[in-house]
Amino acid sequence: MKPVIEIAWTHIVSKPKQTIVAMLGVTFGIGMYIALISLMTGLNQFTEEVTMTSSPDIHIFNDITQDRKTILEEINPAALTYVHHQKPKQETSKIRNALQIADVIRKDPRISGVAPTLSSQVFYNYGPVQLNGLILGVEILEEDKLFDLRSKMKAGSLDDLRISTDGILVGTGLAKKLNAAVGDRVVITTPQGYTLTLKIVGMFQMGIGAVDNIRAYANISTVQTILQQDQTYITDINIKMKDRHTAKAIAPEYQAMFGYKAEDWETANATFLTGVSIRNIITWSVSITLLIVAGFGIYNILTMTIYNKMKDIAILKAMGFAGNDVRMIFMIQSLVIGFTGGLMGLVIGYILSWLISKAPFEGGDIVSLEHFPVNFDPKFYLIGIVFGVITTALAGYTPSRKAARVDPIEIIRGQ
Amino acid sequence: MIDVVLRTRNVNKFFYEPEKFQVLKAIDLDVSRGEFLSLMGKSGCGKSTLMYVLSTMDTDYEGELEIAGERLTGRNQNYLAGFRNRHIGFIFQFHYLLPEFTSLQNVMLPALKLGKYSHEEIESRAYEKLKILGVEDQARKLSAKLSGGQQQRVAIARALINDPDIIMGDEPTGNLDSYNSNVVFDILHELTHTYHQTIIAVTHDEDFAKRSDRIIEMSDGMILRPRQA
Repeated sequence: MKPVIEIAWTHIVSKPKQTIVAMLGVTFGIGMYIALISLMTGLNQFTEEVTMTSSPDIHIFNDITQDRKTILEEINPAALTYVHHQKPKQETSKIRNALQIADVIRKDPRISGVAPTLSSQVFYNYGPVQLNGLILGVEILEEDKLFDLRSKMKAGSLDDLRISTDGILVGTGLAKKLNAAVGDRVVITTPQGYTLTLKIVGMFQMGIGAVDNIRAYANISTVQTILQQDQTYITDINIKMKDRHTAKAIAPEYQAMFGYKAEDWETANATFLTGVSIRNIITWSVSITLLIVAGFGIYNILTMTIYNKMKDIAILKAMGFAGNDVRMIFMIQSLVIGFTGGLMGLVIGYILSWLISKAPFEGGDIVSLEHFPVNFDPKFYLIGIVFGVITTALAGYTPSRKAARVDPIEIIRGQ
Repeated sequence: MIDVVLRTRNVNKFFYEPEKFQVLKAIDLDVSRGEFLSLMGKSGCGKSTLMYVLSTMDTDYEGELEIAGERLTGRNQNYLAGFRNRHIGFIFQFHYLLPEFTSLQNVMLPALKLGKYSHEEIESRAYEKLKILGVEDQARKLSAKLSGGQQQRVAIARALINDPDIIMGDEPTGNLDSYNSNVVFDILHELTHTYHQTIIAVTHDEDFAKRSDRIIEMSDGMILRPRQA
């Protein structure tokens, strides 16, 4: 075994240029793979996180636009009827027994938090200008459990909201539009024409312009007052799962149990999340292509080496090295090239990812980002090196087998 | 009773390309220990082919081959590789040293493969062999940097490293000038007489053959007549 390693090693170091070129193929492939996958999964994670700050794992609401049976159909179930352009029934979007439903859900062991809320379209009056917006009535501590609001507060605090009767938390974007700071008062008007003056007790920033520019939080009772509704008026129940990926399976259960529309986050953000799978496809296909190209490089160089070393192989076999020994000599070479090139690739990949993570990125109004999001998960580095070694092993296998099968007599007599 | 180190019985071999052709015809050969044997004949007479059958590298023949009391016919390639490592040393016309290795490393390789001695022992044995061949001062040089005669001597040292039962040479002086041919021949001669080393060499050099112990002359795949040198 030992002389085999020695011979392989001598081959590697006696042609440094050739070895380095072969290694660089692998280095480049794996380096690019690391950089690509770090950036892409970083973006994906960021997207998912942002998505999660604006939508609960499961959202239960009264979907009054859902298709319903026409009266004609109800009266004549056997008849063929057609009603043109049916519109929703006049009803409120209230969830009946919302608090009891919340209590039932809270007992489910798969759930980590439930928050009944209600929301209303409002206009924020900024002098003569009316800004469109949304105000959510929440039990702020429950909401914090679901969306980790506390960490997103830029001014004021959640507790200030709890103890005030007319306080609201506004998004930073909205505050900027209203030219308002903590302690200022804003006048709101509902589409029904009800007007109320509220006091800003805090500001939050979710990182998505679409939320920060329009959303405000108030206590449930405040919003009930704005809407001129009673204390049981709840329009939405937001649920947080222990494992968010179970949401898709559990949502239909609740829909059947309570008779209200239950929508999971993946369905609610389907368009947002298609980007994730497209990015994944691109990343993996590019990475695999790079590694295959590196593999062909190693294949070529080994084939050349073996062609040049035919005489050496013949003499080794004459001296008593078996076919397996010869195969090992060349397999060791390709594995050393793959492993070393792969390790260098990890370093290059890390440096590239680090540089990307420091590159300024202007997210604009949509998302608040200063740099590219990069994922430094060690899992990808492990996959990279394993992939690199496997590719080089596959690339080295055929030439090595050819070397093992060299007939020494043919070479020696051929001189 | 003579100690027979190599024996063949009724060895026949055919080439099938371009057409069927019998290259070895009923070869019966006994080589005793310590003998210096020359295989001669015109080119195409089958002497090299016989040599490669004897070397165990060519297994495509009919008949029986026995070396050092062991029947080798029908053994697989891996076993034969190990057998060559233990029992046979090779010297070729083109010296076939590994160019990236030093002379010393080249000599050591078969012994490292055998793995019978420690690395230090192998190194000192390799030095010893190089000394016998008079090239110990070239030990640390890359083999590609040596002259042809020096390379052939290193190759002989390599053939000797595992104390083989037989050394086989395919035109061992064929690529050397007359001075180096003489040097190499003297070395081989000394090996048989001082160390009782068995040597079988294919050659077309009459002088070389005449000075060996026995000449086997071949023609058309047959051994012609035994003649005493």
